[in-house]
Order: sequence, then structure tokens, then C-alpha cells
Amino acid sequence: MILLWGSNAREAHPIFFHHVLKAVHAGARLHVIDPRRTTSAQWADTWLGLNVGSDVALANAMGREIIHAGLCNRAFIEHATTGFEAYAAGVERYTLEHAEKVTGVPADAIREVAHAYARADRAELCWTLGITEHHNAVDNVLALINLALLCGHVGRYGSGLNPLRGQNNVQGGGDMGAIPNRLPGFQDLENDEEACARFERAWGTPINRKYGWHMTEMLAAIDRGELTALYVLGENPVQSDADAHHVRHLLASLDHLVVQDIFLTATAEMADVVLPAAASWCESEGTVTNSERRVQRVRAALRPPGQARDDLEIMYDLARRLGHDWRYDSSEAVWNELRSLAPNHAGMSYARLEELGGIPWPCFHEDRLEPSYLHGWLWEDPLPRPPVPFTVVEDEPPVDELSEDFPLLLTTGRRLDSFNTGVQTGGYISPLRRAEELELSIADAEKLGLEDGQRVRITSRRGSVTAPVRVQPSLRRGLAFMTLHFPEEVETNLLTINATDPKSGTAEFKATAIRVEPVAGDGLGDRAAAVEPVAMAGD
Amino acid sequence: MSHALRAAPPRTVEIKLNGRPVQAREGMTILQVCQRQGIEIPTLCWERTLTPVNACRVCVVEIKGARVLAPACARKVEEGMEIETHSERVRHSRKMVLEFLASSVDLATTPNVDRWLEEYDARPGRYGPPAPPFAEGERDRLRAGHHEIPDGTHAATVHQPPKIDNELYVRDYAKCILCYKCVEGCGSDWQNTFAISVAGRGFDARIATEFANPLPDSACVYCGNCIAVCPTGALMFKSEFDHRQAGTWDESRQTVTTTICGYCGVGCNLELHEQDNEIVKVTSPLDHPITRGNLCVKGRFGFQHVQNRGEPAVRDGNGGPPAPAQARGGDGKGA
Repeated sequence: MILLWGSNAREAHPIFFHHVLKAVHAGARLHVIDPRRTTSAQWADTWLGLNVGSDVALANAMGREIIHAGLCNRAFIEHATTGFEAYAAGVERYTLEHAEKVTGVPADAIREVAHAYARADRAELCWTLGITEHHNAVDNVLALINLALLCGHVGRYGSGLNPLRGQNNVQGGGDMGAIPNRLPGFQDLENDEEACARFERAWGTPINRKYGWHMTEMLAAIDRGELTALYVLGENPVQSDADAHHVRHLLASLDHLVVQDIFLTATAEMADVVLPAAASWCESEGTVTNSERRVQRVRAALRPPGQARDDLEIMYDLARRLGHDWRYDSSEAVWNELRSLAPNHAGMSYARLEELGGIPWPCFHEDRLEPSYLHGWLWEDPLPRPPVPFTVVEDEPPVDELSEDFPLLLTTGRRLDSFNTGVQTGGYISPLRRAEELELSIADAEKLGLEDGQRVRITSRRGSVTAPVRVQPSLRRGLAFMTLHFPEEVETNLLTINATDPKSGTAEFKATAIRVEPVAGDGLGDRAAAVEPVAMAGD
Repeated sequence: MSHALRAAPPRTVEIKLNGRPVQAREGMTILQVCQRQGIEIPTLCWERTLTPVNACRVCVVEIKGARVLAPACARKVEEGMEIETHSERVRHSRKMVLEFLASSVDLATTPNVDRWLEEYDARPGRYGPPAPPFAEGERDRLRAGHHEIPDGTHAATVHQPPKIDNELYVRDYAKCILCYKCVEGCGSDWQNTFAISVAGRGFDARIATEFANPLPDSACVYCGNCIAVCPTGALMFKSEFDHRQAGTWDESRQTVTTTICGYCGVGCNLELHEQDNEIVKVTSPLDHPITRGNLCVKGRFGFQHVQNRGEPAVRDGNGGPPAPAQARGGDGKGA
């Protein structure tokens, strides 16, 4: 069985969903948990339309039900986990009745999916930003991990936990150390003495063995005046981050802003220096790592335009200006250095990546492949590492509370033909594309007297934009939907809240309290008003 | 714990192929065995990523003791089977199929067909000059049984103007041999969108959207997985179509580079077909385990942002945001 939780893979990961549909046609059960009855949910045996942000309550209730029905995998729990008793006690108050009240999902439906998950021979639990774009993102993920541990659905062929990556190299970026606490090869910067020493030997210089800041922490540091210069590569935070007014204000306060991008994005417009870059996926050589940890080669098909240059060359030059003479003949030379320093990538030569159509990590040796799934050691006897813990997590509703002034809950996501802030997808003419719209449930549209195409003002506690309405039967009462795809027309992130998870730093894009009012005169020609700040309601 | 599902090893069957004893794995099709043995069987409606539909009949072979010829693409080998791949009966059947197709359909962009016409001595010209083409949309309105009896002086054809109703791909049904591949790729084999099917009966049969609506009013999601499997060029990137119309399509000047799609985390392999530093077409390798040749609209068509150089992208009034093209022009603020 396949459990998609907070993922509309049909539109956000269409080719992954082909594989899901192959399984469905072959008899696999598909269950989808999502506040919206998405195009993915329309293929499901069961759709659980939960209230936005009630994921922990739902997962805990499923866990409790699995325990009470005697369906948990006792042998696995005893063999490979710790903390089960505390977990069982922690979920005890999440009865099906309580969960029904909190999540809006009927108790019978919760029971059915819990039993189906627990009884399945093999079960994949996949999630996307519906789980992680919350102020309690890490708790959400831990709640799902608890379920997998409870049933032993991890570390086996066909059973696992599968976060579907949203960008072509978000996995690779972390693997390569482009996160503040890891060295290339996902090696810990503060706690892995051996790895740190290996890098220091190779580079002939001591490295700063101290965790850095992730982006949310950087923004906070700018606010405190501790961070005064920023070098942004291939990001458009002015439009992609929550609470856009605030981000714009922070970047404007910097002493120095450098942006390296393939376009003059809204963020690049604010920069002191713009470094035009080659498009990494078709104008340069290297690797990316996909959602299944498969490292694959990207290759140059086109010559970059004008003075645009390969990211690597720009960085070499920058290093030289800073007094470090970095010399590599090719992207392959950089990769081979990485392989020599990151054991989990050691076996992946360019030749082998070519021959095998990509290789998932870990790949320790050039003459061997590891199993395609992780955590198989959890089933080994004796257990070669310490057992893994259950974590007690509690339900916490979204930060942006609904009120009389802000009675509707806006959630955000992607549409099939567009991507993030539209910087790339804006370049092709999609017959599927309509201008940005506020999707409303039939019930709410009726209550507000709104029809398709009617222009409305959407106001949150942070900002206000206008957009046309589209009545969307797949939305339940009280729920509204928009995307971030067309910030030039509708800057959705003026509305969203910068309530971030304390560990992951991810903002709660999925839950914004809004109100919706018709625009007098239907708002024709007020596109400019859509991106101008308005008087903000008190927070 | 078992770490993988293991099926029982397949058994071997002994067959006779053109009089020669051959060992083959049980479950293989006759076509697969022939491919391994280096025997060329012409195919049009077969694709290794699709369920065989036995529509075109150009791959038929003779099986000893069988009343009718069998499609090699779908028929599985059996113990003791005696197969002739190029007997007189087979050659005659293939010749007729090729003649009927070539006299009624425009095969100008069908790979290999010229060679096969020669090899099987097919002479489509003997059915007379082609009948005048249909007017735009005329074939979509044909009704079963509502026909005048032809006078036999002209070859009946499906010739008609191409359907150009969107910016991404063109449907030129004068080139359609009704192989069903697009229907399968759009349907349960891969995309599961079911935007197209076969409408009509007999010689009126055609690939159609619901109510023959233009694509933008249909269920189509523009994945282009139909283009990827079309064997005749009836479905074609608009960019390739325009180049061909202008006489500038030149595969000898093209390179094909395999890279990874820049959108989402699935890691689809893209084959970028480049001519004069422009991407003119995108395909995906049929044998790659991630895509099996399939892509979504972003992977297939979402490349234009790297080559909107200088001029802003055309907008259709209510479309997306303007392409931020200035920065790619070389003379923009960033360059």
C-alpha cells in the first residue's frame, strides 16, 4: 500500500506518480491524506481530508488505534526501537473520537487507513511540503516516523519513509554540504572528528568546526545586525519566502548583497552586484541527486548567453580574489575530490554514473552496489548500531489563528505546469496556465456571493493582494488555495506567515488566516495594487 | 528477512526460427527473440514501453499449424513452435499492409518506411492518385455508414490540414496510421489522463479528443508522452513542425545531450535535441528506470526560459508572468 501524506504528487511529481499508478493498476492500495481533494487524491482508495495542520493529531490517533487493535509489530519494536512505552502513553489521549474533532476526518476512516497501513505486507509512506511547511514541521515528520517504527515499515524492500524532494537537487545540495551543519558527504561538522580531520588534511587548512546558520537564522541575524553581507546563489527569497514585506526590508538593510542567478530576479534587482550564471541543468557539467538519492550527471547542451558563466568558474575567480588559488580542470575533478572525502559517494565515478544511469548513495566501493533502500540494518541480528527512538509529539494548531476578522484558512501549493516563483516556467507558454486565482470552496463562494473570475481582495494579518476567484469543488468549507507561481501578478507571500519550525527553519506556508472581500468595480486595472503594500491590519 | 522479492527463474523453451533451432526464455515474444537473433521484423505500433495492441499488422509472422498469421510483437513463444519470419505469405501480407498505409497516409516523416517499401516490393502508387484532401475538421464529422461508394479511380486517403491549436505541439493526422500508441501512452500504460481515444469506425476511425474539442478545451495535460511514442511524426513538437515548414530542420546539425530536468526532485533524464544552440525538441530515454521515456509538461516543454534571449516571451493576455528575458540577453543589467 502507498500512503501519500501532504503530497499532491500527481501535479508536483508527475513521473513519480506514473510509478504509483502502475502499482495501483497492479492492485496496490493508495490512500491520500490532504486537506484538498487533489488530483492525486482522486486516484485514492481512501482520501482523508484533514484540517490543515492537524497531522500530528491524525498520526497519533492512527498510532493509538494500531496499538489498541494489536496490530503493531512487537518483534520489530523490541528488536530495533526504544521509547515505545512512552510513545504508547503519549498517544493514549488521541482517541479516534478526539482525532475526529481535531482533524475533521471521520473516526471510521481513520481506523480504516490505520488498519490498512498496519496490516500491509509492504507500505510506503510518502510526504511532501504538506508535512514540512508548518511551524511544527519536524514534529510532523517524527509523528510519521513513529508510525513506520510501530509497524516495521522501514528498512525493507518496498517498505519505507519517503520524503519526495521538491527540487532537482535539494537532496544533493544537502549531501554536498550546502547546509549549515554538514560537510560534503553529509558528514557532521561538529561531531565527526575523523571527517573534519580528513578535510583539513586534503585542503591543508583548519576548517571552522562550528555549525552555521540556515536561511531563517540568517534572516534573523540580519535583523539583529549581525549579518551584513549576503551572497545568494540561484535563490529568489524576496518572492519565495514567507512574509515578503519583511524579507525585502531585511535585504534592503544589508551593507552588501551579491546575487548569482540565470535571471535578473526580484532579489537580483536589489543586489549591489549581479553575477550572471549559466543554467546548471543544460549549460554546465556536474551532478544532481534526486529524491531516491540517485546521483546523476547533468551535461551542457547549450552555450550560455552573453557573459553568463559556469557557477564553478565564478566561484574559482571569487576564491582567487580572496587569495585562494583553486584549480580544477573539470567538474569531474571536483567530483573526484568529493569522492575521496565522502565515503558514501566513493564508488561513483563519472564512468559508472554514465554506465548505470545514476547510482543512489550510499555507494562505498567502485565494484559494488548497496541495497536500493536505507536502514536495512534495523532488521539485522544482533543490531549493529543503537536502536532508534520513538519520539512523543503533541498536536499544535497553526500559528495564524482563525478569527472573526480572518475566518478562512489559505493553504498554498503547486500547479502541474508551473514551478515555484515562475522564474523558469514563466518562460514557456503553457496552454494549461491561467492567471493566479484564489480557489474557494463552493460553500464559501456562495456565502460570500462570489463567482468564477470575480476579483477579490485577500487580506491576512501581514498584507493584502487581489486576485480573481475560482470556485473549486475539491476544497472543503473554510479552506482556500493559492500558488506562489505568479508573484509579478499576485504576491501570495505578502500574506503568508513567517512562523518557522525551530529545528528546520521552514515557514508555515501551508496555513494563513485570511479574509476575502469583493473588490469594488471588479478591480480591472488594479494589477499594480496587487503588489503594493497596503495598510496592514494589527498583528 | 528477505531483502527482495524473487520470482522463480523463467524456463527455457525450444523453438524453430526460420528452420533453425533456437532456445528462448519462456514469456518472451516472438519479436524479442527475433531481435536477439538479429532478425529484423518491421514494426510500427509496437514500442517496448507499451502494451502491444496488434494494430498495424506489419510485424506478422507465420507459425506452422496456425490458420492465420500472428503478430510477432504480442505472441509469446511456446515449446516446439516453428516460426517463419519472411515466408512468401508473410512477405505478401507485409507488402499489402505497407501499400495500404503508404497510399492513404503521409509517411514522409516515418523512419525506415522507405526501406521497407522497397524490401517488400510495395507499390502504393498502383491504387491510383490520391483523392483530394479533407477540409479542416471534415473527418471529425464523418458518421459510420454515411458514405458514397468510391469510384475506384483514386486512392482513399486521410489527408487533411494539421491541427495547430496550441503553442507546444501539432497534430498532423494526415500522417496518422492509427497505431494506438498515443492512446496507450495517454491512457493506462503511463499518463492515465485519457485525453484521447479512437473515434469512428472503419476508414473513418481517427484519434480524437472528447467531442473532437481543440486540445486546450480537452483533458490534455501537455506531457507530450504521445509525441514520444508516435512512429510517424503525426504528433510533433511545434518547434520541429515550424522548422520543417521553414525548411530549416536539419538533424545533421543537431546534437542530443542527456541531462537531468531542472524541476522537482524525481530526476527525469532529458535528451535535449539542440540545433544552432537552441533546444528544438526534448525526449527521454525509453530504457531509463525513472521515466521509461515519459515526462511531464515542465520537463518536456519547460526549457524555453534558457533561450528567450533578448525578446520577452509572447503572452496571451491572461497567461503567466512575463519572461524575465532581459538578463539572458547579454546586454541586460546583469551582464
